[in-house]
Amino acid sequence: MTATAPKQGKAPPKTPDIRLSVNGKPRTLSAASSKRPLLHALRDELGLTATKYGCGKGQCGACTVLADGQPVRACLMTVAEAAGKSITTLEGLGTPKAPHAVQAAFIAEQASQCGYCTSGMVMETAALLATTPEPSLEDAKQALSGHLCRCGSHRRILRAVMRASGRPQP
Amino acid sequence: MTTALSRRDLLKAAGALVVGFTLPVPVLANARSVAADQVDSFLAIAPDGSVTIYCGKVDLGQGLRIAIRQMAAEELGLGVERIALIEGDTDLTPDQGPTAGSTGVAKGGVQIRQAAATARQALIRLAAQRLEIAEGELDLMDGEVRPLSGDNRALGIGDLLGEGGFGLALDPAAPLRRPSTYKVVGQPLPRPDVPAKVTGRHVYVHDFTLPGMLHGRVIRPNAVGATLLSVDETGLKAIKGARMIRIRDFLAVLADSEWNAIRAAALLKPVWSEAATLSGHERVRDAMKAGPFVAEETLVAKGDVDKALAEAGDRVHRAEYYWPVQSHASLGPSCAVADVRSDSATIWTASQATHRFRPAFARLLGLPEDKVRLVYLDGSGCYGMNGHDDAAADAALLSKAVGKPVRVQWSREDELGWDPKGPPQLLALEGCRDENGLITGWRTEMWLPKATAGLPNVPLLAPQAAGLPQPPGLITGLIAQNGDPPYGVPAQEVKVHWLADAPLRPSNIRAPGKIANVFAVESFFDELCAGAQLDPLVARLQGLRDLRGLTVVTRAAARLGWKPRPSPNPEPGIGRGAAYVHYKRSETYVAIAMEAELDKESGRIRVRRVVCSHDCGLVINPDALRLQIEGAIIQTLSRTLLEEVTFDSHRVTATDWTSYPILGFADIPEIEVDLVDRPDQPPMGGGEAAATPVPAALANAVFDASGLRLRTVPFTPERVKAAIMESS
Repeated sequence: MTATAPKQGKAPPKTPDIRLSVNGKPRTLSAASSKRPLLHALRDELGLTATKYGCGKGQCGACTVLADGQPVRACLMTVAEAAGKSITTLEGLGTPKAPHAVQAAFIAEQASQCGYCTSGMVMETAALLATTPEPSLEDAKQALSGHLCRCGSHRRILRAVMRASGRPQP
Repeated sequence: MTTALSRRDLLKAAGALVVGFTLPVPVLANARSVAADQVDSFLAIAPDGSVTIYCGKVDLGQGLRIAIRQMAAEELGLGVERIALIEGDTDLTPDQGPTAGSTGVAKGGVQIRQAAATARQALIRLAAQRLEIAEGELDLMDGEVRPLSGDNRALGIGDLLGEGGFGLALDPAAPLRRPSTYKVVGQPLPRPDVPAKVTGRHVYVHDFTLPGMLHGRVIRPNAVGATLLSVDETGLKAIKGARMIRIRDFLAVLADSEWNAIRAAALLKPVWSEAATLSGHERVRDAMKAGPFVAEETLVAKGDVDKALAEAGDRVHRAEYYWPVQSHASLGPSCAVADVRSDSATIWTASQATHRFRPAFARLLGLPEDKVRLVYLDGSGCYGMNGHDDAAADAALLSKAVGKPVRVQWSREDELGWDPKGPPQLLALEGCRDENGLITGWRTEMWLPKATAGLPNVPLLAPQAAGLPQPPGLITGLIAQNGDPPYGVPAQEVKVHWLADAPLRPSNIRAPGKIANVFAVESFFDELCAGAQLDPLVARLQGLRDLRGLTVVTRAAARLGWKPRPSPNPEPGIGRGAAYVHYKRSETYVAIAMEAELDKESGRIRVRRVVCSHDCGLVINPDALRLQIEGAIIQTLSRTLLEEVTFDSHRVTATDWTSYPILGFADIPEIEVDLVDRPDQPPMGGGEAAATPVPAALANAVFDASGLRLRTVPFTPERVKAAIMESS
């Protein structure tokens, strides 16, 4: 191997790539357009389509993911802001065969109609239970206050939150 | 287990995205009959005895995927896990009409049940010949035809039929199983799509991709009716691969990713003509009374209303009710993917009416109808026609223009700004009572936009902008029903003043028209009761003659703990109200009773508790039905308390969740759903009827709590405070 070979093969990039962890795996995203929302990188570049676009303004909660365990709106967080963070999406939480406790509770309560808001609801609930394992019904309503559902599954969703935490269901 | 398979699993298993929905019976497009009178069009039995149902109606989140399986499974003597379901694919499924009007089970399911019953009859006949046992001594169970005698010579249904299919017409007289023997129908079975939705494996149309697919974004004009004068596209050079497509006033960008399409759309500099064609939302109500009108129609005429009113002297009461323009307000934006070739086209769409839209897309693309295929994929929930069909037309035009597959996903602003809207409704009522409080005369006058006779679908935005021919007109759904009181009033009349137009492009929205009509009728009934110092619920029971109606009203009242007394409540603050509907006067019966409180300082209404007694005949899946009913109640509370599409003379101004707020977790009341199951009655719709009594029950509860009568929706705190000021 000559000294010049690596140089030719690896022209120095204008901006360094953005490194982050997604669902426990190291991933690299192009920094070329680093102000693009994480939402688009997840869906279009990493093929993780569970996270949904709802409003692009952080008003509906449909795109909620976890960044270092905190619920964030992937439509507002830029790729640059996600650098170095550990991101969890709905796909990373569990699978149909081995669902996360929150997912299992949503399935048991059948807490979904069209399901477009479900991803954000589940992620927010997972974040809530990580910090507040035994939330009151008011805690659950407060945590989900930034999430909209148009089909009207709210009561089932609240039941699922309480079921997941082993608390009495409303 | 088949039911646990997500669409993604199906796609993977099929190995090809394009015809990925035909498992477990791989049938190529155009290779199967879709005639709606043939058994083979609705169901296929594989050699292993598994069954595929081909359903023209689609699951929009309402639970049709399990309900249809249950209805077929019952007749076929099979577990639901042995049944796969194909929905809304114009090449593979029969045309069962649009998934609208709460007809999924009542029409779609009943037709498939009859196909399954015909199949069962044929399978038993085949087995009887082979086994030389009388048909009456055989039954279908667990995927086999078995002798009832216990004789163990069973024949699997896959072996019996062979590969040729049934080759039979649907037999309307094929006997159905008796409800008393049901094992699957009536069970609260889980919906098969929920695990995939909850774990992110469900493929929505938003998630569907094709090789080489481009992302499109349409730039709508800055005012309704504006034309495109010029456009500067030099900014697009900043984005590699981005390009503009312009067809007259249809302006769009294409790029290699969604994000680049969004950026590219922002870089275009269009110049639109001045247009100020709209009235503004504040002038809609007055404008409706001014016309222009295309027709007057009397829908109900019984007895002499004028005579009754004249004889009642000062016991005549009049009031006007108004329902504003509302959006479907789907949580996700409309989206579609189109692959238009020179000789054919496939469009993946969340349409509620793939079959009905097929001719429109053939015309739009200049292709023969049989070369155009629409394939249903889930979208964000829609409650009537939202923007999904427009997004499909956007994608189709762009794919045709560029010769590649194109995906179009609208923005939030596109969705709330440009989805076709629920039209406004104005109602004027007058009624009178005799000395004993009995209602003797009633007249309902409605001002409504007139739907265009024979128009198959809502005119779409893309062909309109591109100057392509499409039949013009208005679609509203059937919005004039339930305008008459169901309480035996001897003289009554319902008249409609049909308007030539609507302020924004209308379409059908959940329970079209009936929510506003029942709001007016059931509120006004309470007004007449209050004037006569009568308990409004007792008065309903005295007026009703229909046993099923009496049953739901009685049960709802009992559940709420209703104590007879006139309204308003002598102890103000908390009130109760009730309302009743016999949907379309021929379908589902619903009574809703609720408790609400009014804070006069803030004008805020808080709904505490809602009870709903619901009789839609035979219940197929009580769990999915309960969720539909809860959803209808919550969504209608939202529409009643908060929702109005605001617009100025140019455009819609409520284009995000701040300017078009919907009900959130903090305001969700307790809801009790009481199902009256009637296994001996035909199944009827569960998606719409329960929405209709909600606004009147709420308005009646607010009146009971405060003496304040609300007749204009939405009941926002500002409006409530203004009404309090006015009344004092």
